[in-house]
Amino acid sequence: MDADKLAVQVADLTVAYQEKPVLWDVDLDVPQGVLMAIVGPNGAGKTTMLKAILGLLTPAAGHVSIFGKPYQQQRSLVGYVPQRGSVDWDFPTSVLDVVMMGNYGKLGWVRRPGAADRRAAQSALEKVGMADYADRQISQLSGGQQQRTFLARALMQDAQVYFMDEPFQGVDATTERAIVDLLKELRAQGKTVLAVHHDLQTVPEYFDWVMLLNVRRIASGPVNEVFTDENLRAAYGGRVGFLNKRQDHEPA
Amino acid sequence: MSSAQIEIQLIGIVVAAACALPGVFLVLRGMAMMSDAISHTVLLGIVLGFLITGDLESPWLLFGAAAMGLLTVSLTELLNRTRLVKQDAAIGLVFPALFSIAVILISRFARGVHLDTDAVLLGELAFAPFDRLMLFGALLPRSLVVMSIILVINLLFILALYKELKLATFDAGLAAALGFSPALIHYGLMGMVSITAVGAFDAVGSILVVAFMVAPAAAAYLLTDKLERMLLYSVGLGALGAVGGYWMAHLMDANIAGSMATVIGLLFLLCLLFAPERGLLATAARRQRQRWEFAQTMLTIHLLHHEGTPEAGVENRLDHLHDHLRWEPAFAQGVVQRADERGLVRLENGSLHLTEAGRGLATTMLTEKR
Repeated sequence: MDADKLAVQVADLTVAYQEKPVLWDVDLDVPQGVLMAIVGPNGAGKTTMLKAILGLLTPAAGHVSIFGKPYQQQRSLVGYVPQRGSVDWDFPTSVLDVVMMGNYGKLGWVRRPGAADRRAAQSALEKVGMADYADRQISQLSGGQQQRTFLARALMQDAQVYFMDEPFQGVDATTERAIVDLLKELRAQGKTVLAVHHDLQTVPEYFDWVMLLNVRRIASGPVNEVFTDENLRAAYGGRVGFLNKRQDHEPA
Repeated sequence: MSSAQIEIQLIGIVVAAACALPGVFLVLRGMAMMSDAISHTVLLGIVLGFLITGDLESPWLLFGAAAMGLLTVSLTELLNRTRLVKQDAAIGLVFPALFSIAVILISRFARGVHLDTDAVLLGELAFAPFDRLMLFGALLPRSLVVMSIILVINLLFILALYKELKLATFDAGLAAALGFSPALIHYGLMGMVSITAVGAFDAVGSILVVAFMVAPAAAAYLLTDKLERMLLYSVGLGALGAVGGYWMAHLMDANIAGSMATVIGLLFLLCLLFAPERGLLATAARRQRQRWEFAQTMLTIHLLHHEGTPEAGVENRLDHLHDHLRWEPAFAQGVVQRADERGLVRLENGSLHLTEAGRGLATTMLTEKR
């Protein structure tokens, strides 16, 4: 594959905590314009991989490029949606304020957000169906609303590649629908999304690419090619109740 | 009021404001105890600076102390990163060690110099007006000048890096991903805490530094949902504590710093009890209201269940709520009365009937999506 066309290219990525590898020599090529689910059992290193790609932790080996260049040179092209539970929702601030944080990268050091940023944040909130919540205190949000606030913040980053850590974690059905619509809209605009995902059932419906990870990369590629029983077994071991259910409905 | 009295209060207000600003971010980051550690370990920086320069007035003492503050933070993090010691224990290990080295150095090499350990802990604000320096042709109290400069530095730091501090405090991961090094911001903030602690401890002592950094911020957190206001309220509460504490000391002929710390503590207690939304009283009142509302909803759902069924005559009798919903008779009476006032139920010959509004409430509650 041509390296310029690849939205994300990961080579030989190894991350270890105290000599214990949690990611072992992972290679990953993600073309532009796909929605990729990253799946794997607990402790497979999914969040670790996202963090290593974004430079939030230092890998023991390997390198990462975004559209052919190191992440540090391409920050403005990358949007990040951390796990909802990674922040303190009792922090004294409003929904609009959190969404505006998405623009801080473009503002750079010291410059303050202005009226234009407020308008952009308001329109990002409209896209996730949260327009009426702009002035709401963040501690008053439900789980789904917190997640949508984070997505609006990522939209503010106006990135080319989005990394999302469990965007569907603990959200209500309405929010799940809203997120799926948003992902499809992003893809229609030629954006690339990599999302850590837990619900194997919805992988084929929500995503077109998938990566199966369990410390090593088991497989990655288009869902219809690599989301196979064999790969799932390799990633999850014998513990995939989902596989048996699936065989009932659509024998492989 | 004599000019000395006014000056002491002014010093108190300026120290309170200078401490409250970084204090807000310490409290929000869950690092309030770091102010305790730093306000003690800066003493080692001062002692070392003094032993090297031989001059207690040298500005290098300030730098030495600030460096020692940062060393405290990084040693704590180093210990914490071994994963063998938790953050709070790491603080508890580092700061007594550095502080006691300072105490030993003072007692061994710097005896007779104005660096006694009592003054370090409690300061002596009453003497602050006697230590003066010339500035712009006026003879001003040294502490007032030093703390005013530090207050301006803190203000400028927070004004310039307000959005960075907010982002790194709320979501360090995003800050790092966007290229705002959380470590840089963290050490900048800790540097601010260190300089403030050094400047303040000479006048007010390290105990009051901790009180001024933590209590006003913790109280302001209870009063508002907005970071800007939390900063303003902290400064205001700190200043109030300083002035109130001065007069308490005056009336009781007590140590000024101790009185100020006490008044700030009392102000926090008042906020804890009476804060409009987050205070203990408001929380208790809200719980009580929710309990009554939940019981009324339960009542409407119970009535809806049995509406039009043969056993309705029994189930919906007021005196049977006790058996069926396991409510105390007095409580059942209260719930029915409140539901009646809200127009949810009608009571006819001891038997309860849903009104249109009551039926509506029960149906919405049953069908509402989670």
